[in-house]
Amino acid sequence: MAFDVTKHTLVSKHLKVSDTEKESVFKQYNINSKDLPKILKDDIAIAHLNLKVGDLVKIERVSKTAGIAVYYRVIIEG
Amino acid sequence: MINSVHKKINSIVFSIFSPKQIIDSVSAKIVTPELYDREGYPVDGGLMDLRLGVIDPGLRCKTCNQKLKECPGHFGYIELARPVIHIKFVRQILDLLRSTCRSCGRVLIPDEKVKRYVSMLNKISDDEDAEERRKKVKEIISKYKAKDKCPHCNSKQEKIKIEKPYNYYEGDVRLSPIEVRARLEKVHEEDLVIFGFSSSNFRPEWMIITIMQIPPVTMRPSITLESGERSEDDLTHKLGDIVRINQRLFENINAGAPEVIIEDLWDLLQYHITTFFDNEVSQLPPARHRGGQPLKTLTERIKSKEGRIRHNLAGKRTDFSARTVISPDPLIGLNEVGVPQSMAMHLTVPERVTEWNKEYLRKKIENGPKKYPGANYVIKSDGRRKTITDETKEEILGELEEGYVVDRHLVDGDIALFNRQPSLHRMSMMCHIVKVLPGKTFRLNPAVCNPYNADFDGDEMNLHIPQNEEARAEAKILMLVETQIISPRYGLSVVGCIHDAITGNYLLTKELVFTRNEAADLLYGCGVEDLSSLPDKDRIDGKEVFSVLLPNDFNFVGKDKSGNQVKIVNGLLKSGLMDKSNLGQESGLMLRNIFEKYGPAYTADILGKISKLGIAVLARRGFSIGIGDLDLQNEVSEEISAIVKKAETEAHKLIDSFYAGNLEALPGRTIAETLELRILEALNRARNKSGDVAIRQTKESSALTMAKCGSRGNPLNIAQMTAVVGQQALRGKRIEAGFNGRTLSYFKKGDLSPKARGFIKNNFKSGLTPNEFFFGAMTGRDALMDTALRTPKSGYLYRRLSNAMQDLKVAYDGSVRDASGRVVQFTYGEDNLDVSKTKNGVIDVKEIIQQTIGEKK
Repeated sequence: MAFDVTKHTLVSKHLKVSDTEKESVFKQYNINSKDLPKILKDDIAIAHLNLKVGDLVKIERVSKTAGIAVYYRVIIEG
Repeated sequence: MINSVHKKINSIVFSIFSPKQIIDSVSAKIVTPELYDREGYPVDGGLMDLRLGVIDPGLRCKTCNQKLKECPGHFGYIELARPVIHIKFVRQILDLLRSTCRSCGRVLIPDEKVKRYVSMLNKISDDEDAEERRKKVKEIISKYKAKDKCPHCNSKQEKIKIEKPYNYYEGDVRLSPIEVRARLEKVHEEDLVIFGFSSSNFRPEWMIITIMQIPPVTMRPSITLESGERSEDDLTHKLGDIVRINQRLFENINAGAPEVIIEDLWDLLQYHITTFFDNEVSQLPPARHRGGQPLKTLTERIKSKEGRIRHNLAGKRTDFSARTVISPDPLIGLNEVGVPQSMAMHLTVPERVTEWNKEYLRKKIENGPKKYPGANYVIKSDGRRKTITDETKEEILGELEEGYVVDRHLVDGDIALFNRQPSLHRMSMMCHIVKVLPGKTFRLNPAVCNPYNADFDGDEMNLHIPQNEEARAEAKILMLVETQIISPRYGLSVVGCIHDAITGNYLLTKELVFTRNEAADLLYGCGVEDLSSLPDKDRIDGKEVFSVLLPNDFNFVGKDKSGNQVKIVNGLLKSGLMDKSNLGQESGLMLRNIFEKYGPAYTADILGKISKLGIAVLARRGFSIGIGDLDLQNEVSEEISAIVKKAETEAHKLIDSFYAGNLEALPGRTIAETLELRILEALNRARNKSGDVAIRQTKESSALTMAKCGSRGNPLNIAQMTAVVGQQALRGKRIEAGFNGRTLSYFKKGDLSPKARGFIKNNFKSGLTPNEFFFGAMTGRDALMDTALRTPKSGYLYRRLSNAMQDLKVAYDGSVRDASGRVVQFTYGEDNLDVSKTKNGVIDVKEIIQQTIGEKK
């Protein structure tokens, strides 16, 4: 049985971003996917989300100063 | 360059000159190795031909008819008797020779695949970048060289070898540059794309030199020695060799000399041209001066740390700057810098003559360069510069009119940038106001040592004088010391009182009482002129004196170093002591709050006054330390030695039970480790306890005062001096190694007792035993090595970080972007806080609400 990293306290919550939400993120920051930070498609933290290349992942990090800090990554070919 | 052309650069193409382009662009043909005729005049067609530019003042260029400094120089050319390989293209030529057909000149890739590769390469350069494309090109080339049959004409291919540095062989036959050139001429244009050459404007045979460009004299100027002798540049020497051999080669060919002689000369020409481009080619002896020192030719001029790029382009030097040793002066302002008068007479500020300052500048000119405050130069309306001397003074004063610019000496109040390397953060370069002082060192207020990380053990600092209004305004508004008081790293003040200033204010607010006259005297002495807020009574205590400096509407609640509340109500210090946690650098919110409420200038001013007050108080009261400060009463000494003895017996008991085998191991430790840990714990406990006893029992002394208010030293230092130095540790353990099984030959093998493992039970005052001293030296050396090794390591680490992050910035939408607009953080620092606008990294919402509501009523 493999260890489930997503349950680890140090692994931030990775969430799927819907297409409409993705558009609104692009619009909010006036960017497109090449300006975003990347994450490999086969990264274990997003393996359970069944995403495809080009999708966005929303990462909710626990921050000491800000409570929850939101971060986005675009999925690239592994 | 007055008539400069303004055009926007759209694109840049890198290519190689074709022989035709060289001839078209050139202004002289060089035919003779002679430089000057008998009159010392440059020979026409020689290497110093006047058509190649001017290097002598007064002469005019024969090509562009401009004078020295105006004429940029012009290229010449020589026609080589035989072609020669260009040393910098040896690799490319080899690639081409190897992967093209020897008879038809096509690339050794089948037609259908050529197309595929080309489109693939184009895709890579579109998607990725030029770097990726270059990698792919390399991959393709290495795949197809050494094919033994041409897919186009089926002719058999020979293996091409290279004999370094520039001889090509096909099998065992040497290919002369002529043959190589012939091969390259056959290469098809469309195949060149595969090799990474753009096909337009480029032919591979241009990599073989037939017509050689001669650089203009302006880039190889000769220098005239004092003896009147001329000394030529290294490049000119090299070109002389080339022209001479070329001439001889021509003559020999025309005379029909034997092939061997021609071959030899040809080789020699190849050698000279190679070393002209690069004198550090391996397998080739470098060309040397008569003295034996190697010539500095083209490549050496550009590359390495002393080359054009790192030395001249990246490492610019600047005028109007100065450097000297720094020393402290607590009496000058926080934002001032003391400049030696001798420097002020060389550093100048240009000032334009107007109706209003004419007389003032006239006086400066009258003083001249040797009498301070004077002036060194005058720049006339037409831009010409005149040196002010005793001889020219009268003339200049006569013609002085509005529009002239006078380079006057630096005077008090001028703007300067002050810097100490390593410039790690923005506070490493701040703007100061000049104050011209006697002496030879820069003087700075000791309170600004911290942002510069400077001390006065021989540190040197740099000073730069901005030369125009824009630069001065920028420096003053953005970089002035007081604007930098709040650190962007942790949102607290980086400057503050130090040493005596803290001690003085601590004693002032703690215990001193003055008569009204004394108080007024003290305050007036540190720049307070308005004494109206000084209470009207005979005995004025220190808190009241200090309160005079505070603004009347200042309220503050905080803590002092010992944890007592500091309360300031309406500018009156009600309770608490002024110690390091309120006045010191990098600590306390008092300075931070003053800055927030009253602004930069006021903060700098009040900080200066507080500092001066502290120093003045201390000077008046008197303050010194001596060995008597470390005296303990007998009972206390006995108490301490009892504590130490108890710890030692405890340790011995632990050791006994360890040998008896009934020591219980801590979880996850061996018994031996447990023993170590427990001994260490017992000894440290004893040290702390005796330290506490010592601090508590030491009579009020200067040393203790300083430790208490945080100006210098800490309780541990005092404990080590009065009570017990304590356990010495190497790598987190008691001292182990040394001799076999023991630390020193004095001890028995396997001795685990405290004294055999580096416990120093004496104190610095009573003195250490030789063994103890040795243990102290061991840890001392270890600490020294550690810092010596860590400093450069962390410095390099920091450098890499700052270089990697140098162009990240916070965009208007609050995200952090790199130079090309890519997102690094979606919200700056995850919380969107500008640390320099917070108090130690937090926003005190409660206080803000209180203030807002409080002020409304």
